[in-house]
Amino acid sequence: MGSEEILAQLTDIVREVLEDETLVLRPDMTAEDVPGWDSMAHINIIVASEIQFGIKFRAAETEELRDVGGFVELIEAKLP
Amino acid sequence: MRFPDLDWLPRNPAWTDDFKAATSHGKPDIGELQRLANHCLDFLKTNRFGNYLARAFDGTPDGLSARPVRLALLGSSTLDYLQPAIRVAALRRLAWITTYAGGYNQYRQELGDPPEELRRFAPDMVVLAIHAEELLGSEGDVGLSAEAAAAKVEAAVGALRRVWRDARQDLGARIIQQTFLPTPLSLLGSNEHRLPGSPQRLVAALNERLRDAAAEDDVDLLAIDDAVRTDGLDAWHDRALWLRAKQQISPAAAPMYGELAARIVAARLGRSAKCLVLDLDNTIWGGVIGDDGLDGILLGEGSAGGEAFGSFQRYAKSLSQRGIILAVCSKNDEENAWLPFDEHPEMVLKRSDIACLVANWEDKPANLRRIARSLNIGLDSLVFADDNPFERELVRRELPMVAVPELPDDPALYAAALARAGYFEAVAVTDDDLRRSGLYQENRKREELLASTTDLGSYLRSLSMELRWSHFTRIDLKRVTQLINKSNQFNLTTRRLAEEEVADAAADSECLTLQLRLVDRLGDNGIIGVVIARQVPASAAMHVELWLMSCRVLGRQVEAATLNLLADLARRRSAKRLIGTYIPTAKNGMVRDHYRKLGFTEGDVAAGGATTWTLDLDTFKPIATEIELREAAPSKAAALSKA
Repeated sequence: MGSEEILAQLTDIVREVLEDETLVLRPDMTAEDVPGWDSMAHINIIVASEIQFGIKFRAAETEELRDVGGFVELIEAKLP
Repeated sequence: MRFPDLDWLPRNPAWTDDFKAATSHGKPDIGELQRLANHCLDFLKTNRFGNYLARAFDGTPDGLSARPVRLALLGSSTLDYLQPAIRVAALRRLAWITTYAGGYNQYRQELGDPPEELRRFAPDMVVLAIHAEELLGSEGDVGLSAEAAAAKVEAAVGALRRVWRDARQDLGARIIQQTFLPTPLSLLGSNEHRLPGSPQRLVAALNERLRDAAAEDDVDLLAIDDAVRTDGLDAWHDRALWLRAKQQISPAAAPMYGELAARIVAARLGRSAKCLVLDLDNTIWGGVIGDDGLDGILLGEGSAGGEAFGSFQRYAKSLSQRGIILAVCSKNDEENAWLPFDEHPEMVLKRSDIACLVANWEDKPANLRRIARSLNIGLDSLVFADDNPFERELVRRELPMVAVPELPDDPALYAAALARAGYFEAVAVTDDDLRRSGLYQENRKREELLASTTDLGSYLRSLSMELRWSHFTRIDLKRVTQLINKSNQFNLTTRRLAEEEVADAAADSECLTLQLRLVDRLGDNGIIGVVIARQVPASAAMHVELWLMSCRVLGRQVEAATLNLLADLARRRSAKRLIGTYIPTAKNGMVRDHYRKLGFTEGDVAAGGATTWTLDLDTFKPIATEIELREAAPSKAAALSKA
């Protein structure tokens, strides 16, 4: 799975969590750029990503994410 | 990553589109919402749906099957993310739960001195979600003696009971205690029990001891420890999220958590299913009886396939032994349908286990209606098990109130799927539950007798019916309470009362309480009627606040005999008239004219269509019936009321 596909699937997850169908995620965006992406939403996005991609994050990893691009890279690195 | 899936519910890839279509213009009706809720939804869809419900409905929607319930979640972990799933799960059973979530680890303060917001919320029920370390302490001495370990568990249970008492006193709420997640790791291994102070053993002992305490204190349990046994701890609890976000329950498990909570609430409201309707061919045996014949169907010992069907039958039989009614709905000739029950040596289920069998070539929704009518229960009391996806879908479309679980491809897993679906959740078992399958068989014999008797009067006379009455007794308090909380159809006011309130009514000198048992030559029907009437001191009027009857005994003149008794007892208390009230609900249309039929005069119509009725006791003449009234032999120890 390429990073574009990962970004597309991640976008679907974030849209579902934030209940915003029109949201567009770009690699340079951070949580602050996205209205509603608070710590509770972040946990839901992490858990949904783990289920969707069949991976498991370490607690520290998910707190050090710099931006959406970093999130996509982390997922890509964990995919089998 | 594992999580407990709602896999007995159908999946719908277009669910989000359906949800958007249903909610984009105006509020959808309750049936539409129930349909949306009855799908296998992941936690994100569940959250979205549950959040929508809280936003869209300020009050409660029309058409609910039970009174709305206010449920507070209080405890020692983060809880607010569990609320949407509880709302959605309630909707699956046409119930409505409004939720409140306490602050992180605030439950002691919230119960000791409830904050204004919680008081205003006024919960009917409180779920207490406390983690074991909170009660046992996280840094214990693992080298405790067996006695010291037991004392520690006892102290934890004592602390918990004080919490229950506070919650009852300050909030007047019913308690649902979440059991403790078995999160501690083993220190020895398989022989962990040889280290009594091991945290794993302490939590196990606490969960065990909790069962006794909850039974004694009339607290219901939300048994996530049992759920973990099926799904695995990892599916319910994410150690990283516990440390990081103080979530005991993984967010992905929220939909199942909501299910478990809503099942208990529904059971308390008397909304659990009562009857399992089974298809026959390829559901309780392999093959098609009409085609394959008695020798050709697959059943019982000797083949793995046959044993799978046998195991499903054994589960159905066990359900019936604990009070669930069994029925059959099959596309078959009736004679063929009965054949294996009567003649196949490997059949676990026999003819006598089936309260109602409908086998013909008409569509199944029509036949399910027939079954509900013949058993005198609502369609929403039915669970329909059929291997055929076409039939399942047709029933879901036509009868959204009938529960239709998905069955797995492998018949070996049918029983587990049905158990997991939890449609028959119960909070207590009464003697009548244990005798119910027998009761329905006795009814069948009565019906057969009826078929051979043309004159109803002589049929009733031939039954030698006796109505044994008494005031409420301690020994029958559970059964009376259960009847009060689950009777929907023959129920004049649909007032629901907790066991304590029923006991209070019995002890109240203003109240006349009656429990009625119908016995005839075919058997004992158990307690089938309950009345509570109130007479304010020095008043000439006695108000019938509650009058209900089991539909099992419809058409047998019990109503008239009950009135004769009530009038007689009211006169002895110098009452001059009886005042009855009928409060209409979606289910009790059958008693709209109850009081008219008994000779009461209609009075005012109040808001909501409630009607009041008066009977002048000075001119009332007892109605002729075929029932003999008899006061049940008083048992000194059993009386609840004043002498």
